[in-house]
Amino acid sequence: MRTLTYWQAISEGTVQCMERDERIFVAGEGVDDVSGSFGTTKEAFDRFGRRRVIDMPNAENATAGFAVGAAAAGARPLVVHVRADFLFLAMDPLVNMTAKWRYTYGGDKGGVPVVTRGVVGRGWGQGSTHSQSPHATFAHYAGLHVATPATPADAKGLLVQALTGDTPVVLIENRNLYQLTGEVPVEPVPTPFGVGRIARPGSDVTVVAASLMVHEAERAAEQLAERGISAEVVDVRSLRPLDEGIICESVAKTGRLVVADTSWARYGFTAEVAAVVAEHVPHALRAPVRRVSLPDSPAPVSRPLEEAFHPGASTIVSACLAVCGETAAELPQLADVSAGFQGPF
Amino acid sequence: MASTRARLIRDMVRIRTVEEVLADHYRDEQEMRTPTHFSIGQEATAVGVCSATTVEDWVYSGHRSHAPYLAKGGDLEALVAELYGKEAGCAHGRGGSMHMIDQSVGFAGSAAILGEMISVAVGSAWAFVRAGEQRIAVTFFGDGAADEGVFAESLNFAAVHRIPVVFVCENNLYSISSPLSVRHAEGTSVHGRAAAAGVRARSVDGNDVFAVHAAARDAVEHARRGTGPVLLELATYRWRAHVGPGTDHDHGYRSKEEIDSWMAGCPILRAADALRAEEPDIDAAVEAWRAEFRQEIHAAIDRAKALPFPDTARLLDGAYLPAAH
Ligand SMILES: Cc1ncc(C[n+]2csc(CCOP(=O)(O)OP(=O)(O)O)c2C)c(N)n1
Repeated sequence: MRTLTYWQAISEGTVQCMERDERIFVAGEGVDDVSGSFGTTKEAFDRFGRRRVIDMPNAENATAGFAVGAAAAGARPLVVHVRADFLFLAMDPLVNMTAKWRYTYGGDKGGVPVVTRGVVGRGWGQGSTHSQSPHATFAHYAGLHVATPATPADAKGLLVQALTGDTPVVLIENRNLYQLTGEVPVEPVPTPFGVGRIARPGSDVTVVAASLMVHEAERAAEQLAERGISAEVVDVRSLRPLDEGIICESVAKTGRLVVADTSWARYGFTAEVAAVVAEHVPHALRAPVRRVSLPDSPAPVSRPLEEAFHPGASTIVSACLAVCGETAAELPQLADVSAGFQGPF
Repeated sequence: MASTRARLIRDMVRIRTVEEVLADHYRDEQEMRTPTHFSIGQEATAVGVCSATTVEDWVYSGHRSHAPYLAKGGDLEALVAELYGKEAGCAHGRGGSMHMIDQSVGFAGSAAILGEMISVAVGSAWAFVRAGEQRIAVTFFGDGAADEGVFAESLNFAAVHRIPVVFVCENNLYSISSPLSVRHAEGTSVHGRAAAAGVRARSVDGNDVFAVHAAARDAVEHARRGTGPVLLELATYRWRAHVGPGTDHDHGYRSKEEIDSWMAGCPILRAADALRAEEPDIDAAVEAWRAEFRQEIHAAIDRAKALPFPDTARLLDGAYLPAAH
């Protein structure tokens, strides 16, 4: 199989879906510009032009509403935000309408399968309002599906699933993954929502992660292996629906759980995974659950603060050692995944 | 050279010099790790407007924040330290380029999400009225932020309640790479929309600092008298890329010719031309100011680089008051 970068996989999935389904259109601020939303909308614009790849005014609230109306009338909108933080301006249409449309009108009048992509921009001092990962926020609301692809194959597969399914979807992509390469099927094969993936098998501790944290967990697992600890990394792929089975089976096997996220702990993804384990396999746990998440402050800009703020592989290693009853290790510091990124944006 | 007009030129030269030197350092060092939006070429808007306010008046801005901050009298060293992420920065390294603040001179804050400070300024001005104060609030934003719904909502509320706020739209024709033509319908204007909402509105040549200053004095007086909000739409142009220190004529969304023609209409050159008859030594003065400010900014950069970073043990400070920890 050939390899693509994460951004190429999204671009290819978009183009293939648009070729197969005339109803799909892309809407977002600057989707037609040279950078093409990190390259992901460029080929679609070159192929389909401004009738189907539409540069929107800066109007996130109304754009989300337009998408609902367009979908109600049979179109298939793919709305793109180069920062997921801009989604907060679209909260009302997304939460009060998109998520609830089918149900509120009785369940039999059709839904509004709007697909919304939001990019998380961690690093280079993105700061408090340009680096948030709001996947759990949207996963809170019944009626939406929320996915966090970690690999190029899933970036394409989950997008294809979103663009061919009947449910509105929010896809959260971490900017630091765009240059990642991996094998990607040539055909637009959907990755189903709610089916997790064992990113790395192991037997001593389970690390459940989403998006960027899957890679941090895999790097952590390599270091842990040097200490003789075998970590199993579970990539949930989607937060809603959530593959409870794969999480619980893994914890039943390892007896230990670390949950790693790029967002805050309170009421978030890590809390949900811990709750699922507490509900279904409480007796499997041989140690208290550990959560790897953001410290309870907004994201700072200053480099040392930013480095202290974002958890990574080293944080996961420490958490795994703790649940395994091992003392903190003198392990070499791991470089940040975004090392080498050049500013400004 | 102490005339008001000469002072306006001097203030523009200071902002231009500071930003050009900062941009060079930003590019060469890669140490100011914060997305930065330079106002190079747009100095007349900030200077013309802020010079018409008092220190009690508040000024807010969007992401393109350095020029309004400096024009309002914001502390240069605190700005530079903020860009380098130092504890001595105006936001102690927490906020970066898009979160400038200097309350001592009435620069009330800048923000990174489009349109946010439009409604916030209305709220502050509303509070001034409720407190029986004579202060006004000014808010800088771009034509791109005027796309946002909050702009219409803010105009409406300010007009209904005659709130002493001056809306300043720096219309530089683009939102990143999207031209006005794909965002605003032909035959409409930002000032036209304000007028339709019941806000007194004017369109002014935003690269003519004297015209901007005169219009701003009018607007500030109108707002302060309690006769209602005013909007100024100021036509200007960004010389550099949307974000970062570079140029962008090769990005394909605007031509080199267009950029060159606006650069020929440089607000500093135009103001000096206009003043030359009255102040024959203006060109020598501009050169002297450039040298003075180059020294000032180089010294500020040297000092900022030597300053300490924030203590990571204090990462959480400020999320809540200490008592809430
Ligand atoms: C709500 C929101 N949407 C999108 C953005 C991304 N963005 C940052 S600056 C900008 C362009 C703004 O143009 P304008 O308001 O005219 O200001 P200028 O940059 O031209 O000074 C955009 C789209 C944002 N920061 N906030």
